[in-house]
Amino acid sequence: MNAKYSKKTFLLEVIGILIAFIFLIPFYFVAVNSVKGFAEILIDAAAWPKEILFSNYAKVWEIINFPRAFWNSLVITVFSNIGLVVISSMAAWKMVRTPGKLSKFLFIFFVSAMVIPFQTVMIPLMKLGGALNLTNSIPGLIIMYFGFGVPLSLFLYHGFVKTVPMEIEESARVDGCSQFGVFWRIVFPLLKPITVTVVILNTLWIWNDFLLPMLVLQDAELRTIPLATSSFFAQYTKQWDMGLAALVLGITPVIIFFLFLQKHIIKGIAAGSIK
Amino acid sequence: MKRKTNLLKILSYAAFVGPALLFFLVIQIIPFFMGIYYSFTSWNGVSSTVEWVGLENYIKIFSNDRQFMESFLFTTKFMFAAVIISNLIGFSLALLLNAALKTRNILRTVYFIPNVIGGLLLGFIWQFIFVKGFASIGAITNIPFFKLAWLGDEKTAFWGIVIVFAWQISGYMMVIYIAALQGLDTNLLEAAKIDGANSWTILRKIIIPLILPAFTICFFLTISMAFKIFDLNLSLTGGGPFNSTQSVAINIYQEAFQNNRYGLGTAKSILFFLVVAIFTTVQVLATKKREVEA
Repeated sequence: MNAKYSKKTFLLEVIGILIAFIFLIPFYFVAVNSVKGFAEILIDAAAWPKEILFSNYAKVWEIINFPRAFWNSLVITVFSNIGLVVISSMAAWKMVRTPGKLSKFLFIFFVSAMVIPFQTVMIPLMKLGGALNLTNSIPGLIIMYFGFGVPLSLFLYHGFVKTVPMEIEESARVDGCSQFGVFWRIVFPLLKPITVTVVILNTLWIWNDFLLPMLVLQDAELRTIPLATSSFFAQYTKQWDMGLAALVLGITPVIIFFLFLQKHIIKGIAAGSIK
Repeated sequence: MKRKTNLLKILSYAAFVGPALLFFLVIQIIPFFMGIYYSFTSWNGVSSTVEWVGLENYIKIFSNDRQFMESFLFTTKFMFAAVIISNLIGFSLALLLNAALKTRNILRTVYFIPNVIGGLLLGFIWQFIFVKGFASIGAITNIPFFKLAWLGDEKTAFWGIVIVFAWQISGYMMVIYIAALQGLDTNLLEAAKIDGANSWTILRKIIIPLILPAFTICFFLTISMAFKIFDLNLSLTGGGPFNSTQSVAINIYQEAFQNNRYGLGTAKSILFFLVVAIFTTVQVLATKKREVEA
């Protein structure tokens, strides 16, 4: 659509920019007040800081042990992603390439679990997790993410594999390539676009998840960023100066991740939501 | 010979599908069935003996658990308000960005940003905005809207959560609607314009019917997200004032992990599952029926 840039378009442009400001105002408030002293926040939260103080950040960095929390979040997110990509892509490919009652049943079985709310399984899962030694451990939490992430990841791969032509796989088979060889060397590289989508959706979910880590991880050293931030708030309720600095620290990594990959993220989300 | 190849086929099927199935069964399906069992017991989460009580938990919930009923009512009302508002905003933003704006890409990025931050941190951010930010804007502009006691009053606290939810989710919905709008056949729109249809008619009679699949997806996503609201609700209002904004998810969490009534908590969670499943299925069937072939 190469419509002319008319007066109407200009008006829409202005409206769009005004809405963008409304979307950004909360960030302005948080950022500006995170470098003020407590008294100054109480007087006027909208004003520009008289003097920029970084002492809030220095204190919070230590109290919540930010490097530790960041590292934990990173490890959990990365390994959960790797596992989910491996198990879901393999299963989805095999299920599509082996049509039949079993594959059909399994597919419906996996996908229908998407309507189970987390609250419905969390209580018995904590009992089962305790018996299997999955609680209070980062590897245990990662294994739980495998289980919760499989339905959506598998669903996305399943839809994509159907569009991948089979001829190359067959010729590789004829040339004597093993099943695993065919999958990892030929099919998996072809699945790259959907792998990007799967990784993005799982990263945003796992990085920001709060309830499951809270139930699973008790030790302070194992805390993720959302856990560390929330316990900080609970301890220093209404200590806005420090609280806001903690919030800025908490949201910065994921905003940087987004700004670098925003094109892929938005594309991936659009692709992921269309069945 | 034939038996050998059959065995190989089964083994390779198990090798590829097995891992996914195993994690899925252990983490979701077994706990789900354990939950159904526990919902008929008086299990307290600690003791090793689990006593079977039949339907007692369910009877208790329906006969004298007013808070649970109120949480359900709140969650349902919230769901309707949140779904309508966030889809209205999301769709309007998509239409806006479908125009040939110069700042289109930047605007799309900005509208989407709230989505990348987790609900818990968003709730804390907005707690500050409602308590201090709005007060400051109110003092400068004198607009009564900003001078309300947002989180301290039952009515405004409800709308407070709706506002934050919409602020978070609209950008996500916008992305899906934009994808659908870009898939539209522009010839069709040109033809309608030549035939003298105005923008409103084109929107109602052509655009909306053709992108109904996007509405199905967006409604499904917002209904299930709004129904399961937990993090945002917990950090923004904590369910208050006077438990008036306590979502079902928070109610179940407290019943199990704070009151140590795991049996009762699982019974609630099973009812919750049934309601979510029914709502989302009915919605998908209802909008699917209206979809037309392009």
